[in-house]
Amino acid sequence: MSVGAPRGLASSGQKLITEMLHPLSAAEEPPSPGPDVTVSAEEKEKTSRIEFDLPDYSVRRRYQDFDWLRIKLEDSQPTHLIPPLPEKFVMKGVVDRFSEEFVETRMKALDKFLKRVADHPVLSFNPHLNAFLTAKDLNKRQGLALLTKVGESVKHVAGGYKLRARPAEFCAMGEYLDTFSQKLGTIDRIAQRILREQSEYLTELREYGAVYSSWAGSEEQLQRPLEGVAGCVTTSCGALEDLSDNMSQDFLPVLREYVLYIESMKNVLRKRDQVQAEYEGRLEAAVLRKQEDRTPIPVEVEKCQDKVECFNADLKADWERWQRNKRQDFKQLLTGMADKNINYYEKCQAAWESLITLLQEKQTEDKTSETELN
Amino acid sequence: MIMADSGSSEEVAVICNTDITSTESENNIINTMVERGTALLKKMEISVAEADKRTGKNTVNMQETYTVYLIETRPAETVSEGGVPPAPDTLWRRYSEFELLRTYLLVTYPYVIIPPLPEKRAEFVWHKLSADNLDPDFVERRRVGLENFLLRVASHPVLSNDNIFFLFLTEEKGWREAVLETGFQDKVDSRLKSLSAMFRVKNPDKRFTALKHYSDDLSTVISQLLRIRARVADRLYGVYKVHANYGRVFSFMMLIIFLKKLTFIVSTPVDNLLLDFGCFYHQSVCKKHELVQYELEMAAQDLTYKKQQKEELATGTVRIFSLKGMTSKLFGQETQEQRESKVAALEQSIQEGEDALKEKNAESQEFVEKAWTDIERFKEQKDKDLREALISYAIMQISMCKKGIQVWSNAKECFNKM
Repeated sequence: MSVGAPRGLASSGQKLITEMLHPLSAAEEPPSPGPDVTVSAEEKEKTSRIEFDLPDYSVRRRYQDFDWLRIKLEDSQPTHLIPPLPEKFVMKGVVDRFSEEFVETRMKALDKFLKRVADHPVLSFNPHLNAFLTAKDLNKRQGLALLTKVGESVKHVAGGYKLRARPAEFCAMGEYLDTFSQKLGTIDRIAQRILREQSEYLTELREYGAVYSSWAGSEEQLQRPLEGVAGCVTTSCGALEDLSDNMSQDFLPVLREYVLYIESMKNVLRKRDQVQAEYEGRLEAAVLRKQEDRTPIPVEVEKCQDKVECFNADLKADWERWQRNKRQDFKQLLTGMADKNINYYEKCQAAWESLITLLQEKQTEDKTSETELN
Repeated sequence: MIMADSGSSEEVAVICNTDITSTESENNIINTMVERGTALLKKMEISVAEADKRTGKNTVNMQETYTVYLIETRPAETVSEGGVPPAPDTLWRRYSEFELLRTYLLVTYPYVIIPPLPEKRAEFVWHKLSADNLDPDFVERRRVGLENFLLRVASHPVLSNDNIFFLFLTEEKGWREAVLETGFQDKVDSRLKSLSAMFRVKNPDKRFTALKHYSDDLSTVISQLLRIRARVADRLYGVYKVHANYGRVFSFMMLIIFLKKLTFIVSTPVDNLLLDFGCFYHQSVCKKHELVQYELEMAAQDLTYKKQQKEELATGTVRIFSLKGMTSKLFGQETQEQRESKVAALEQSIQEGEDALKEKNAESQEFVEKAWTDIERFKEQKDKDLREALISYAIMQISMCKKGIQVWSNAKECFNKM
C-alpha cells in the first residue's frame, strides 16, 4: 500500500519521486525495538538523476535516522528553512506507538518531510540526503564533514552582538510567523474541543438509537419503521466516528507540524539576526580603527557582509517557497476537512432518505388497503 | 408528501419534496384525524389560533397572570369562488378549563381512551428552555397540543357527539355551570379514586393484561426517548457552538456561515410530534376495566356466599362459621317456621344476587366490547400518527443534513479561493 502520491518537481526540473510503503505490509523483518525506537519505514525511490547509479532504491530507516538527517541539514544549510519532522517524543501510555493509526500518521508526516526536502532546489542536492536515501547503513558516527562554505562560517557565528535595525521584510516575516502560530494554536484548541463534544454527542446518540430498537420490540405494525429509525441513527453514529477519526488523524497532525515548522523558521530568523549583528559590530569596530590608524577594513568584515547577503537571499527565496507551499497545504487541509464533513452529511442524508421511502411505501400500502375495504 | 412552498418564512430550501415545514408536518397528523370524518368535523373546522395573557384574582384572592387560548370554529362548507370565508366564532379558554373538560370525558366515557392534554409544566426541557409557563416557546407548544386535543376528541366516533364538548367549543360563559350540572363530579370521587387503588382481579381478561403491559412498556420507552432526545439536542448544539469559533479565526464571512448554521439548529422546534405520544392515558382504560371486573367478581362472590348459607340452613350443617350459627348451637335450635322463613328470605336474597350478577356480567361484557372497539381504533390511529411523526422526523433530519452540506460547500468554495 503506497501512501504518498508521487509528484514531479516542475520547479527544479528533476524527476525525483519518493514513495513510502506501509511498513507492516512490506516488512520482511519485524521492527526492532530499542531504547528510543519508533518505526521503521521502507522507502522506494525512483530517480532519473545522473548522480545515482541504480534506478531504484529501497532502504529501511528509523525515526532516529530522519532526525539525524534533519540535524545534518540544519547544520549544513543553516540559511535555509528545513521542513519539520513529526513530534519526536510521545508519552508512553498515552499513545500506542505501535498502533496502526499512530504509525500511519507518522509515516505520512515523514513522507511529507522527505518530499519537501527533495523538492527544495538546494537541499535536494545535499550529500546527507544522498546518504540517507542510498547508504545501506547510515553510519552516523562517521559524521560526513561536508559542510558548505556558508554553512561552515555561519556555524561559528560569534555571539554577543546586538542587532541595530532589522530590515523591514524580516520584521514582517517574524510578525507573520507569530500571528500565524497563534492562529494555528487557536484552531488546534477548537478542533480538540470539537472532538470532545462530538464524542459526547456520539455517546448520547448511541443510547438514543438503542431506545428505538427496544421500542421496536414491543410494536407490531411499527416494528420495521422503528427499527429503520434505529438503523439510521446507527449509520449516523458510524459516519460521525469516521469524521472524528479523520480529524484527529489527518487534520490535527498537520496543524501541529506547521507549529513545529514555524518554530524552526523563527530559529533561522534569529540566526540571521545574529549574522547581521556580527557583521554590523565588526564593521563598526573596523571603521573606528580605520579612522584612528588607517588600518584597512579586514577581509573578515567583507566575508561577514557576504554572509549576511547570502543568508538574506536564501531566506527570502525560501520564504517565498514556504508561503506557496503553506498556501497549498492549507488549502488542501481545509478543503479536505470540508469534504469529510460533506461526506458525513451525505451519508446521514442517504440513510434517512431510504427510511422515508420505506415509511411512505407502508403508508400507500395502508391507504390502498383502506380504500379496498371501503 | 406535501410540497413545501417557497413563500414560507422558515429557512428551508425547496429542492425536492422531502422538505417540509413544521406547520405542515403538524397538518399531516391532523389530516389523519380529520380523514375519519365524524359528524362534528363535517360541520365545523376547529382550531386553537392564538394565546394571550390575562390577569385576574385566583381562588385565594391573589393576583395572578395566566394564559388564555383562542378557540376558533367555523363552518366546514367550502367557500364559493370569489367569496370571503365567514368570520369564525371565537372564545377564550384557559388550560384549567381544558383539564375540566377532560376529567368530565374521563368519567363519562370510561371505556374510551381519552386523548391527552399537553404537559401542565414543561417537563422535557430542551436546551435549558425555561420551565416558565409564560415562556413563549412553551405557550406555543401548548397551543399546538391543545389544538390536537380538540381535534382528536372531535374526530372520535363517540366523544364527538357529546354535548358538553360541543358547548365547550361554542359557549364561553355558561359552560362551567353546564359541566358541573352533569353531576360527573360525584362519579369522579368513586371512579377516579379507585383508579389509583391497587386491585387484585382474580380472572383478568388476558387481552387487557397484555394491553396493560404494552402501555407500561410504551410509556417507559417514550419518556426514555424524550429524555435522551433532549440530551442529544443539547450535545449537538454544543458541537455547533464550538464550530462557530472557527469563524473568529478564519474571517468575517465564515463567521456568518457558521452562525447561520447555529441559528438553524436552535430554531428547529422540539419534536412536538414525539412529545405528543406520552401514552400515559392508555393506562386509564385498563384500570377501568379492572374496576368493572372487580365489581363483577364481588357480586359473584356475594352470590356464592349466599348460596352456601342457604345450603347450610337447609342441611343444618355448619359450613361457614357465623355467630348466628354458633349461638343457635349453644342456645338451641330454631323452630321449623323460623328456619323456613329464613330460607325463604335467603332464597329471595339469592335471587336478587343472581339478578345482580347477571346485570354485572352484561355490564362487563358491554364494557369490554366497547372498550375493545375503542382500543382497536386507538391502535390504528396511534400507528398512523406515529408513522407520520417518524416521517416528519426523518424529513427534519434530511433538512439538517442538506443545510450542513450547504454550509460546508460554501466553506469549501472559500477555501478554494485561498
